Amino acid sequence: MSTAVLRAESVRKVFGSHVVLDDVDLEVPAHTVTVLIGASGSGKSTLLRCANLLETVDDGAIWLEDREITDPRENADRVRQRIGVVFQAYNLFPHLSVLENITLAPRRVHGVARREAEDRARALLDRLGLAGKADDYPDRLSGGQQQRVAIVRALATDPKLLLLDEITAALDPELVGEVLEVVRSLKEDGMTMVIATHEMGFAREVADQVCFLADGRVHERGTAAEIFGAPQEPRTQQFLRRITEAHRL
Amino acid sequence: MSSYVKSERQLARERYRRSRAIRSAGIAGTSSLIVVVALVVGIVSSPGWQRVHETFFSWKYAKEAFPSILEGLWLNVRLLFFCGLVILAFGLVLALMRSLRGPVFFPLRALATIYTDLFRGLPVIITLLLMVYGVPALRLSGVTNDPIYLGGAALVLTYSAYVAEVFRAGIESVHPSQRAAARSLGLSWRLTMRYVVLPQAVRRVVPPLLNDMVSLQKDTGLVSIAGAVDAVYAAQIYTGQTFNYTSYVVAGLVFVVLTIPMTRLTDWVTARMNRRQSQGGVV
Repeated sequence: MSTAVLRAESVRKVFGSHVVLDDVDLEVPAHTVTVLIGASGSGKSTLLRCANLLETVDDGAIWLEDREITDPRENADRVRQRIGVVFQAYNLFPHLSVLENITLAPRRVHGVARREAEDRARALLDRLGLAGKADDYPDRLSGGQQQRVAIVRALATDPKLLLLDEITAALDPELVGEVLEVVRSLKEDGMTMVIATHEMGFAREVADQVCFLADGRVHERGTAAEIFGAPQEPRTQQFLRRITEAHRL
Repeated sequence: MSSYVKSERQLARERYRRSRAIRSAGIAGTSSLIVVVALVVGIVSSPGWQRVHETFFSWKYAKEAFPSILEGLWLNVRLLFFCGLVILAFGLVLALMRSLRGPVFFPLRALATIYTDLFRGLPVIITLLLMVYGVPALRLSGVTNDPIYLGGAALVLTYSAYVAEVFRAGIESVHPSQRAAARSLGLSWRLTMRYVVLPQAVRRVVPPLLNDMVSLQKDTGLVSIAGAVDAVYAAQIYTGQTFNYTSYVVAGLVFVVLTIPMTRLTDWVTARMNRRQSQGGVV
């Protein structure tokens, strides 16, 4: 097996008296997709936020490739420059055009020349079916288009790892497909990704590894076939049954 | 969960953070000290220092002038408190008048707009002079000639125009979707304002409002042009008697000391409100 891009060991996160992550281990090998499933509040988002150093862990450690990023000596900006994040609510900058949203980090952080950054942004937009939208402002785009722009923005700095935090949760059902299609093509390109999602069908399809979280702990992990086909833990079975029932309604 | 024991790694991390905190505090302390010492040495070693020291920083005169300045300050504080309350209330009413929708309310809207345009544009000193000299000249029966009341009224006129604009900016900064959600719940315009829009708007404008209040606090001194004795005027009287300027410095310091707790209080209140609402995180 190739070396892990992201590795978490005994990660603990506490908000006040509430333990959000309790002794969580995770290993994400290069060019694989790890899907985090679990109810809202199970700690999926917090785990992603810890990996991107938006939250400081209260114990345990996280490595990005061979560096321990939770080391307080580590420069958080440097770490974040190597990780792409896509948020549930898109979080595009409303005062910048699509092209400016995408080229902001390459130009200001990575020092890429304007022409080069824009060419690359346009190529990515083109690939994701957003060719005509470069000069539009985010608020004029549909949710699906905004989320695809957010993905382009995350990809524009060539990250080692992409964190996707329930990126379809705010979308209309008919727009979910176009966003997931993008994620599929990223998987084909060999992008290493950690995805928190409620889309079980999609999880089953793209995941190399599935982790089921509940109450801040990883209750079960395995391949998509193992978790969805024959879950072992009662908590996992219960969760998957509820999801299936909800979809039948 | 109760069995959780901190790992060696976490303990080491916390030790490192603590040592970093101590180091930063040390650096901050040392650099501040250097700057202060450099400033003090620079000023004290200047050729005119001896003379400046006597006329501006004389301990003897400071002690002598202090009681009368403090007495004058009481007027500033009272003016600040009462004018401040009236200004906040009146400013809010003006802002609400300006944010009324619909053709029926056009006269109210227009009135509020004209008012803010006029009194925000008029220099406060002119409003004040018109009030304290103009109103008594009308010889209206039952209207006070007291410069403190008339001066206070002038401050209210000017500052409520400023404050109204601050409130209006706050009201307009609340996203329209909030209004839509509230109205969809069946809340009237009034209830929407009261329970949804204003609570969010007011929080956002606390810092600029404080700015206006600090500015008001200093402008309360302007009532002295009509003869009311406030802290600045008391200092001026004292200087007139002794030809020593220390009393001005004392009056200035007293004003500074008065604003600092106010600033810290609002900082604390805003920080607490933000903590309660936001997602948190380290960025």
